[in-house]
Amino acid sequence: MSGAVSSLSTPANAVVTRRAVTEAAWLRILLTALALAFLGVFLVVPLVLVFQEAFSKGWQAYLAALTEPDAWHAVKLTLIAAGLAVPLNVVFGLAAAWSLTRFQFRGKQVLITLIDLPFAVSPVIAGLIYVLVFGSRGWLGPWLEEHNLSIIYAVPGIVLATVFVTFPFVARELIPLMQEQGVSQEEAALTLGASGWQTFRRVTLPSIKWGLLYGIILCNARAMGEFGAVSVVSGHIRGKTNTLPLHVEILYNEYQFAAAFAVASLLALLAVVTLVAKSFLEFKHQRDRERATRAAARQEAS
Amino acid sequence: MSRNRVIPGFGLSLGYATLYTSLIVFIPLAALAASGISLGAETFWAVVSHPQAVASYKLSFGASLVAALINLVFGLLVAWVLVRYTFPGKRIADALVDLPFALPTAVAGIALTALYGRNGWFGQYLEGWWGFKVAYAPAGIVVALTFIGLPFVVRTVQPVLEGLERELEEAAASLGANRWRTFRRVLLPALVPALLTGFALSFARAVGEYGSVVFISGNMPYRTEITPLLIYSKLEQYDYAGASALGVTMLVFSFILLLAINALQYWNLRRQGGG
Repeated sequence: MSGAVSSLSTPANAVVTRRAVTEAAWLRILLTALALAFLGVFLVVPLVLVFQEAFSKGWQAYLAALTEPDAWHAVKLTLIAAGLAVPLNVVFGLAAAWSLTRFQFRGKQVLITLIDLPFAVSPVIAGLIYVLVFGSRGWLGPWLEEHNLSIIYAVPGIVLATVFVTFPFVARELIPLMQEQGVSQEEAALTLGASGWQTFRRVTLPSIKWGLLYGIILCNARAMGEFGAVSVVSGHIRGKTNTLPLHVEILYNEYQFAAAFAVASLLALLAVVTLVAKSFLEFKHQRDRERATRAAARQEAS
Repeated sequence: MSRNRVIPGFGLSLGYATLYTSLIVFIPLAALAASGISLGAETFWAVVSHPQAVASYKLSFGASLVAALINLVFGLLVAWVLVRYTFPGKRIADALVDLPFALPTAVAGIALTALYGRNGWFGQYLEGWWGFKVAYAPAGIVVALTFIGLPFVVRTVQPVLEGLERELEEAAASLGANRWRTFRRVLLPALVPALLTGFALSFARAVGEYGSVVFISGNMPYRTEITPLLIYSKLEQYDYAGASALGVTMLVFSFILLLAINALQYWNLRRQGGG
């Protein structure tokens, strides 16, 4: 369409049209400067400040804050929580996307709404609901106490809260992707005699791999960084139920600012790595898609 | 119930997804609802209409609304600049927009507090020169909520803006409309569903936010205490009943917002498909 229009217009007209659909140079510069100033003030400056404050007392203090036993314990607990929550939500995301995009059934919308809910719920409520179920005065509290099990103010509670807040990430990424891809390739593989598992591994998985990885990266960033929900169920027992974000809070409240920012800089680094990985995956995904479109066009032409 | 005849795994995948969703999301949320209901109407009302609670709603909703409005305006601006203009560092700026999704809220909270505190890079000027107190005041809450809601409007408007056909603007221009008029009459109406969706998402996120706000707000009851924090302090005092009543209130509100957002997204998709 646009090609037809521009080929009809004379060079003089083309200039008029171009000017008519963009803004004057000064306005373009002003708008760009305003947008970058907004991003600078709200995003870049806080990020720079984290690293600046982290090193404000020098390398020695920085390393000391990170190698302290409580900090190490927080790192380990954060890795455990994310290491359990992410795989659990990946398996769920695959199952949910498979059932929601490959079949029609009643109650589909209810399931989709439930999957979205953790995004809409306050992190404090995410913690609260587990306290109500597993806490000492909760539904299962007396039973757990009888069997000497603790979930709230212990590691299992932290894992549960993390699972809840990261629940939708992988499913939300896969559902639109698998919907768009349709079932024709999978049906072809199945009619050619592949088993269900083979079809999933050889046909479905390769075509969703970038989207899946994208979901995993976002899920992991949130799992390692969650504060509110974990804070409610952790009980803040130093060296026992402290994750990295909770350790940052404790140090900050004890006025150990340099140490707090040193630990925070680890999490900020994780955020930067996440953003880089995310951009890389978006680039990959787009390239794959362009290739597919070109291949389809070629096939149509021949 | 129509099942696909060729694709296997319906029972397994749906069964697992339903079981997992029930265990992680549905049953615990039902526990909250049950706990709220068991209070009885009178106690429930006494908790949710307590002046301290009402003050916290006003603050939570007010600050979230202001933050979402700031993000509405600047989100549109950022999306516009990223889609329509070229400038050095554009890719980095684009990637950076998602920082609030990736940066843990506690880190954002302490960074913003240090920045806007009395001795902070921004705070010393705002407070020293103009006497404008940001940290430990409602303005600080707005700053934190603007930060965490920043990506939503940008990311909902960006794809719609990319998909708009230039012919519409060319037609408007050739019919004699100037640039501002074209923007107001042609572009803006096409962006309204996406803008509203982004606004609602950013508002919903802000209302429930806890981590970044607790550091910067100062947490004074009646003055700078947001509703999630009030729930948190009730839990710390083992006031499960009070926490549940407020929790149910917030949950109902989140649910209504979620339904509104779904409706908006549906509208947005239809508009994109049709336009």
